[in-house]
Amino acid sequence: MTDEQGTSGAVLVVGGGISGLTAALETAEVGNDVFLVEKSASFGGRVAQLNQYFPKLCPPSCGLEINFRRIRDNRKIRTYTMTTVKSVSGTAGNYHVTLETAPRYVNSNCTACGDCAVACPDEIDNDFNFGMNTSKAAYLPHEMAFPRRYVIKKDALSAAGAEAVKGSCKYNAVDLDMQTETFTVNVASIIWATGWVPYDAKKMENLKFGQSKAIVTNMMIERMAAPSGPTGGKIVRPGDEKEIESIAFVQCAGSRDENHLEYCSHICCMATFKQMTYVREQYPDAKIYVFYIDLRTPGKYEKFREARMADKNAVFIKGKVADIILEADGGVSVIAENAVTAEKITQKVDMAVLATGMQPSLALQGVPADLQMDTSGFIISDFDKAMIATGCAKKAADVVTCTQSSTAAALKAIQVSRR
Amino acid sequence: MDKKYCAYICAGCGIGEGLDLEALTEVVTGEMSMECKTHECLCGADGRALIEKDVAGGINTVVVGACSPRVMTQEFDFGKDKITVRANLREQVVWSEVKPAAGEEPHSDAVEFLQETASDYMRMACTRAKKTELPEAFQLEVINKTILVMGGGLAGLTAAKEAAAAGYKVILTEKEEKLGGKALGWRKSFPTKAPWTDLEENPIHSLISAVQSDNRITIKTGMEVARITGSPGDFGISFKAAGIKTEWDAPAKVTVDEADLIEKGKMENPNEGLNKYTAINPDAVKVGAVVLATGWKPADVSQYEHLGYGKVKNVVTNAEFEKMAKEGKVPANVAFIQSPGGKDDDKDFPYCNSVTSMVALKQAQYVCEDNAAGKAYILYQHMRTPGHMELFYKQAQNNDGIFMTKGNVMKVEENGGALTVSVEDTLLGENITLSVDMVVLAAGMEPTTLHEKSINLAYRQGPGFNDLELFDGYADSHFICFPYETRRTGVYACGGVRKAETMEEAVDDATGAALKAIQCIESVDRGVSVHPRSGDATYPEFFMQRCTQCKRCTEECPFGALDDDEKGTPLPNPTRCRRCGTCMGACPERIIGFKDYNIDLIGSMIKAIEVPEDDEDRLRILVLVCENDAYPAIDMAGMKRNGISHMVRFIPVRCLGSVNMAWIRDALSAGLDGAMLLGCTYGDDYQCHFVKGSEIANKRMENIGDTLSTLGLEPERCAANQVAITDYDKIPQIINDFVDQIVEMGPNPFKGF
Repeated sequence: MTDEQGTSGAVLVVGGGISGLTAALETAEVGNDVFLVEKSASFGGRVAQLNQYFPKLCPPSCGLEINFRRIRDNRKIRTYTMTTVKSVSGTAGNYHVTLETAPRYVNSNCTACGDCAVACPDEIDNDFNFGMNTSKAAYLPHEMAFPRRYVIKKDALSAAGAEAVKGSCKYNAVDLDMQTETFTVNVASIIWATGWVPYDAKKMENLKFGQSKAIVTNMMIERMAAPSGPTGGKIVRPGDEKEIESIAFVQCAGSRDENHLEYCSHICCMATFKQMTYVREQYPDAKIYVFYIDLRTPGKYEKFREARMADKNAVFIKGKVADIILEADGGVSVIAENAVTAEKITQKVDMAVLATGMQPSLALQGVPADLQMDTSGFIISDFDKAMIATGCAKKAADVVTCTQSSTAAALKAIQVSRR
Repeated sequence: MDKKYCAYICAGCGIGEGLDLEALTEVVTGEMSMECKTHECLCGADGRALIEKDVAGGINTVVVGACSPRVMTQEFDFGKDKITVRANLREQVVWSEVKPAAGEEPHSDAVEFLQETASDYMRMACTRAKKTELPEAFQLEVINKTILVMGGGLAGLTAAKEAAAAGYKVILTEKEEKLGGKALGWRKSFPTKAPWTDLEENPIHSLISAVQSDNRITIKTGMEVARITGSPGDFGISFKAAGIKTEWDAPAKVTVDEADLIEKGKMENPNEGLNKYTAINPDAVKVGAVVLATGWKPADVSQYEHLGYGKVKNVVTNAEFEKMAKEGKVPANVAFIQSPGGKDDDKDFPYCNSVTSMVALKQAQYVCEDNAAGKAYILYQHMRTPGHMELFYKQAQNNDGIFMTKGNVMKVEENGGALTVSVEDTLLGENITLSVDMVVLAAGMEPTTLHEKSINLAYRQGPGFNDLELFDGYADSHFICFPYETRRTGVYACGGVRKAETMEEAVDDATGAALKAIQCIESVDRGVSVHPRSGDATYPEFFMQRCTQCKRCTEECPFGALDDDEKGTPLPNPTRCRRCGTCMGACPERIIGFKDYNIDLIGSMIKAIEVPEDDEDRLRILVLVCENDAYPAIDMAGMKRNGISHMVRFIPVRCLGSVNMAWIRDALSAGLDGAMLLGCTYGDDYQCHFVKGSEIANKRMENIGDTLSTLGLEPERCAANQVAITDYDKIPQIINDFVDQIVEMGPNPFKGF
């Protein structure tokens, strides 16, 4: 890594999820230099955790693969994982950005042969799978991870583990003395594609997340349905692995609620319809209950909704869930008032899926630069300052809106050096 | 280029343990007559230094037998003027060896099997290295970097302004005499900033001024595009006065059969009086790329008879109501109907997206603003206010003058000067009847491409975009990850023609379309492809002397890149081309190829596979694999150590569309025992990155079955499968089942001939 690299018109993209990847690639393919930094150990962000996209039900890794190839083939993009922005100084057209790379404890000699993981005796919760299983403390972030390089969680390594991991590597790639590195880049503009986190479901006390394994989030069920997930693609109740005979989807779990997220998270209705498909494929006779306020499946998504609503074993209840009760058999009862008939409903199910909303990552992380944000933590672009927000850092949005707005962000970034 | 070769085999990651590298080296130095070196870790600093030293000494074509070409790409990139060919010995040989089931002994020849597989991959890689050439980028003689924006509404104005702000010249056309489009008629626009509750000034007027005062933008009002010829970097635009017919209007597509009928006088020529699509208009204006922003038209809502539009007075559309609101005062009691389906259907009006929900909220505010005791009733099935628009909705809920309920709107009737609206199953738990002055129907926004071609290309494949019925007529992309992709390179749609959008969304969309137009122009300038093979400097070359004018390439190109002359000889337009190779796959004369990917190159690789005779444990099955999805999935299978039969040989292809059936025939006549294609899903939810490639390949494979039968071979020796990139747990099974099937059939009877 060279210090103070960057040519005139270079662009820094913060965040390597689908929005950041898109913004970086669209910028670089015009011809500008790009620095793409990602906080975690691999690129792909939230979408890498999804089993399928709606409405095509195609795997996100398909588009990611193309994007990763575009990166590999493009010398205009320099990528940095485990890297965050520490500070920003300067002005539009000439920003000096200090970046910090956390130690991976695996250097570039790594061939991803996997020997370290085989040798490692220590296990950690698998964050990629929301803790539903464990991985070794020397691990590949996930199966399709790019870059294909292992990472070590050093503080989870036992003394014996450290020895085993070091000893297993034939390529001298394990470096447990690796230190945090700081470097600066000089760029004309900054695209913020810092994305979102699932809203913490424990904050809705009435929904009892964390008190029963039968209550999961919509992101957890994506991992369960994924072939690379903790259950190899099988949707079962965590803990006792009960097959699903009945399941409830609890919409607006946090969204459209002034005590939590005041906005609509945009994707949860479609995500639920998609997840109904996962359930139905595995359980042709399972009962599905969807508790909703409105079904927000506009435009081309209506056909998708229509097909799911034709499901004879699916019941749609317009009503916000008031409470979830834990049942002795490991299941739960979902309680709501039907807004149309005014009747109170108590529905016992094997599993409840909370359609938790999107919270902008920076709302929790804080901001390392002079950025304007709204009260929810979404970034407001300031084109004069060449501070450009995109994707779910800007607003709650589906993937197609994110990739589209990231393409737009690329142009706004390029304009800065051509003013 | 005078090629100087050297092969390098890596011993790392299990390759050295699994294989006899000395023997493998001998295959390269002996059979392939190529120098060959081994190293314990080729991707490490020492390993690369070994290669780099040789490169400095004159080696310019490097064969690397190591890991998958999908990893360590930069490590084995020795510069643009050097060639690197990879043999995937790790993921697809050593790591995908079939392990014996628990308690079973490995096959007595297992070690040889693996060695034979690796030898074949080295043979294929060396052959490829010998056959491949460095790309020579296609350069237009003259490139024009001006961007044409079609449509002077909000989206078109934005695209023009944003492209100009990046330094590009723009020509902006608008059919009407005034710029501004539909937005000129809006009284207010939706909130675009916190606290997301207040209507904002319509931004259209300031946008028009900005565009008018930008000297990089040439404005043509009252004009439209008659036809577009040429290709990115060199489009020729024939303009005309709006609404008139000219000889330069874009000709309709005429199929071969239709042309025949026209000639026999049995069909009227739809292009009577028009110049042929390949004619050159001397007055055409050159541009480099096009942004299509022709917008939308209000949908007709008169078919919903129970709602009375067109029959009952004061039943109007949202667009008509907005005009009223802009020009004066709106009535005091107004019902807004969002969903026309009564009790049977809870969908919104078609072509709405979520825009009409927000329009109703906006227009309800006008009712209250204009009338002290105004009452607006919004009757919806699903209030669609995504993201921050939820706060706009909430603001309306707090407005005493706005009354909203879910309900089934059953009928609108005239009743003594007023209108009666009957609504069932409301949230009040009852059926209600409203008496109002006016009823507003939330009519949708139909894209111009629903009714006309809009883009008016003078292309062999016709003037419009293909298959828009998949998107209800919108000029939209089918790719979630790649929202601006169309099947016409260098043309990018935005705004209402692509999706029913709010103004805020349209501004973003238009900015993105402008970026894609700029990117296309710059890629053409560098002589490289745009998405998805962005940066690829190769392009298809045609050996025209042997062309038989069969027209398959012109018909099958998913991107309409090929025109043709009177005789049917293809006229390539390399800057329209996406480099998928579908033309190469289509050509029965095998005259189309790329520098680094052609019939001879892949054919020679196939022939490099060693075919053992009379050994049922050593059948050979060719699997041609889409490099975008299936190939990574096979790598993943290797990473997971899922065993794949040792009888299989993989060759990656750019897209299944590029697979020429000559390869399959060659393989079987060379004695291989079976052939399989592995590619992407096709159909309405296609995942093929080149749209049509996998579908076309499957059709070709159906036909090759017949050819095989005439040769006396079982058609089942060939198969095509659709897989996704995540099918890595299924693919070994699919392949191994196919192998079992071939084993059952027995060896290819042609073997040894």
